[in-house]
Parts: sequence; C-alpha cells; structure tokens
Amino acid sequence: MKIAVCVSHVPDTAARINIGADGKSIDAAGVTFVVNPYDEFAIEEALKTKEKLGGETVAISLGGDANKETLRKALAMGIDNAVLLKDDSYRDSLSVAKALAEEIKAQGAELVFFGKQSVDYDNSVVGQMTSELLGYNCISVAVSFTLDGTKVTCEREIEGGKEVVETSLPAVVTAQKGLNEPRYASLKGIMAAKKKVIEEKQPAASVNYVEVAAMKRPAAKQAGKIVGTDSSAVPELVRLLREEAKVI
Amino acid sequence: MAKFLVFIEQRNGQIKKSSFEAAKAASDLAAKLGGTVEAVAVGNEIANLDSLGGFGVSKVYHLKNDALADYSPSAYTEAVSKFASENGSEIILFGATSMGKDLAPRISSKLDAGLAIDCVALNVEGSEIVATRPVYAGKALVDVKVTSAKKVYALRPNVFAAGIPTEVKAEVVVSSVDSPNMNVKVIEIKKAEGKLDVAEADIIVSGGRGMKAPEHFAMIEELSQVLGAATGASRAVVDAGWRPHAEQVGQTGKTVSPTLYIALGISGAIQHLAGMRSSKYIVAINKDKDAPIFQIADYGIVGDVFEVLPKFIEEVKKIKA
Repeated sequence: MKIAVCVSHVPDTAARINIGADGKSIDAAGVTFVVNPYDEFAIEEALKTKEKLGGETVAISLGGDANKETLRKALAMGIDNAVLLKDDSYRDSLSVAKALAEEIKAQGAELVFFGKQSVDYDNSVVGQMTSELLGYNCISVAVSFTLDGTKVTCEREIEGGKEVVETSLPAVVTAQKGLNEPRYASLKGIMAAKKKVIEEKQPAASVNYVEVAAMKRPAAKQAGKIVGTDSSAVPELVRLLREEAKVI
Repeated sequence: MAKFLVFIEQRNGQIKKSSFEAAKAASDLAAKLGGTVEAVAVGNEIANLDSLGGFGVSKVYHLKNDALADYSPSAYTEAVSKFASENGSEIILFGATSMGKDLAPRISSKLDAGLAIDCVALNVEGSEIVATRPVYAGKALVDVKVTSAKKVYALRPNVFAAGIPTEVKAEVVVSSVDSPNMNVKVIEIKKAEGKLDVAEADIIVSGGRGMKAPEHFAMIEELSQVLGAATGASRAVVDAGWRPHAEQVGQTGKTVSPTLYIALGISGAIQHLAGMRSSKYIVAINKDKDAPIFQIADYGIVGDVFEVLPKFIEEVKKIKA
C-alpha cells in the first residue's frame, strides 16, 4: 500500500511575527522555519502504519525550495520518498488542495495523512478539501488511528469529548496532537536522508478564491491593574470582576 | 441581492449557540448587502428550529433522517452541498466549531467556493464582504476577500453576538433524506463527563507550571466549577502529562475567546498568549511580576498562587451563594 503524508514548512511556534513590507504577509527575516508540528504526528502515523503493514511512504509538500528542509526531515524520520510541488506564489487552501489531490492521485496513495492544520494560516481545512476532491473518505482531528483490512477507525476530538468514527480506504486522516509520540530522526536516518533525491514537480496553476487584502497586528492590549500582592487583594479583585468588568 | 444560507448545527437535537451567532451575522450582512437569509439543519428531531426567525432567518430547511441524528461527515456533506446547489445559495455561513471546521471545507470543495474559516469579524466594504481572521494563532490578523461566485464563511464561536432574538418565527420546511451516504460514520460519542470545553466556554480557568504538581489542579477545577467555567492548561503542563491535551490553550492547542480568562501560575509564553489574547477580560495570578502574562492582563495579583487561590475560591463562593 502506498501511504502519502502532506507536510508544510512553517514558522516556529516560538517565533515573533512581524508584518512584511507588502502588508499582506509576514516578514520572514530572522524567523526559524520548522516542520509544521501537527505534520510530525502525521509522519509518525504513516511510519507506524508502514512498519505494521508494509508498503511505501511518500511525503509531499507544496512551496518553495525552503520546503525541502521539511521534506528532508520527513525522510530522516524514515519516509521513503519526497516530492516538492514547487510553487512560491500565494495559494489559498482550495488551490493547495487541488495541487495535492493531483499529486496524491499520481502517486496512487490509498491512505493519506495530514496535520490537522498548519500553524501559519491556521485554516485546518486542506485535508478535508483534498479528500473531497479525491473522493476519499476523511476523518479530521484524529487522536487515534487503527487500520484493520480496509476499515479505518479513529477517535476525533469534539467539544467536551470524542467521536469514534469509522470509515474505509481510500482515506484521508488529519492528525491532532495526542495521536502518537513522533520519533526523533536517528543519525543514520539523517545521513540517509541527505543522499536521497527530492523529486521536484510543477503543480498545475489554479485560481485563488481567497485574496488577502491586508495583514495586521492584533489590537495592542494595555497592561491592566495590579490589584495587589497577596490574598488580601482578592476581595478587591472579585469586586472589580463583578462591578467593573461585570463578568462574574 | 444575495442568497444567504446558514448551516444550523445540532447536537442531541438542540441547536448550538454558535449557529444563532452565525444566523445573526448573516442577517446583519443581508441588511447591508440586500438579500435573504435561509438556514439548513441536518438531523432527526431538532427542537425550536422556528426560533431562528428571531435572528432574522426567514426559512429553515430541515433535512431529516434518523441516521443523521449524529454527525456523519459524508452524509452531512452530501446533504448540505446538494441542498445548497439546488437552492441556489450563494453565501454560506457556519459556526467554526469542531463540526463546522470539518464540514465547511468539504462544502467549499464540493461547491468550488472560496472559504474563510475562523472569522472574527465580517465587514462590508462597498458591495464586498471583508472577513478578518487570525493567523499564526492570533499573532497577526488577515483581512480576506472571497472572490468566487459562491462563498463560504465559518465564524469563530463566542465572537459574534447573537443578540436578543425577536419573537418572529421562521417557516420550517422538513424534507427527508433518502439513503444518506454513511461512508464515514460516528459510531460512538465519548463524553468527558460534565466537563465544559475551553473552546465553548464563557469563562476559562487555566493553570500552568506554577501550579507545581498535577494534584494542585484540584483547586483550579474547584474554581472552574464555582464559576461554571472550563478548565484550561498551558502547553508545559500538557506536555508534562498533568492535563489532557483537550484542555491546552495556545498555538498547538485551542485558540479561545472567552469573556473571562483566569491564568493561574502561567507566565505567558508567546504561543500561549497568542491563543488567549482575544479574551475579553484577562486575570493573572503569578508570583513573577515580570511574567509576560501581566502585559495583557486586565487585572493581576503578583503573588503566590497557593496563597491567593484558596481565598479567590472562597470569595467567589460567597458571591455565588
């Protein structure tokens, strides 16, 4: 079985975000980019599934040359092959999904893992969109995954609990934190990854339906009142919450 | 003139609050742009669908089948996308709940419509809708315009005010769904007993590493209970295994916008602040006066959380008594 995992290359969660000169995107200067944290769970689940059932794994990423770093990391963790869909330009989610769906089809992958969202645009939609374009079944925000023959069972997080969801291959699963514990790349894996060739392809152009008009900073929040330094300040704090903020 | 359609989410036959928020937001847009507001609900028995009239919805289409009582991604996608196409709906709104976030992108794919998800504001400029949504977990915001003929928006829960409904009742049209597509099916729902979710709560009481040990979260749970709040946690304590991931607030957890956020023993790492800075009121109790959390807190006590918290619980109990 062919297992695909779609990965994105994003600013580290500890990074400060500054707005770029175009006023529509971030200023990437000095920002460390990493494998999207949720994609690490996706990579791990692809590897675990292959270890159990055999098959072949491929990592796919859409973006510029910098994304090779993330693909290299996937290879170092143990993914067999990597494909870069090379496109530096802005694409909205549906346009990204269209390019990925095309490549997944070309790869003939029956099982596809995504991170549940990229921590840059925070859309949490590309996995679901891709599945619909492919006509694959899809379970999003999975915290568990089992494959029994062609039957897929996952738990997905919902408000105040979990849904147990059942479907069958071909399927797309998007990974939530808690799905597994991603492995560290071994030295051997890192060395082997350096020798591997990342295949580059040109994705088909597609129209964007979502245009970014402006990127801005959130309204600055002013530091408030320090009410006190010990429990004697509590009655005043409660009074403020009750009478000034009117929230309790 | 635009034809608006609001997806009404139900769980256990009850309409979710986020759907009223979306209905009101659609009505506000329709008032500015001109247009009609209809709604579509999927499920078996659903209570009070006509009450959506109070939020400006003229007609509610109830797509009914007993197999649809619980969410099925495949069946709901098929039913809603087919309905929206046939009905000629142009602007479709969802609440960005766990169901909405799963369903909206599928509908967007099916209708070849652009999607703006997790919107925190919808404004009208000329004849265009400009949606504002947080990116980088709220470290920045983007204003986006959806340019396709059909447009889908999903609204972050708790941000748009549903307001006070009028007495107007909506017309409810029930149609049955024949042989729903159950390729993806929920076979069980495991409830975290009696717990409110941070993503839905009006008040969140959150603890961080300053709580020192998992057993001390009993105090946080007690305060949550007294306030009717959800219990939250910082990444550090989730990674340490003290609290479940479902409670994590921040960039790799949940981004929340409650009315009141109480941070206890949380210093305020950038990825945590990003996830809760849009809370209406923030209270911080931390012994380090230089903790970044104080830069965004409305009210703070620079003190020992173990000394302050018991008194806090006691005082809140008094006013709630």
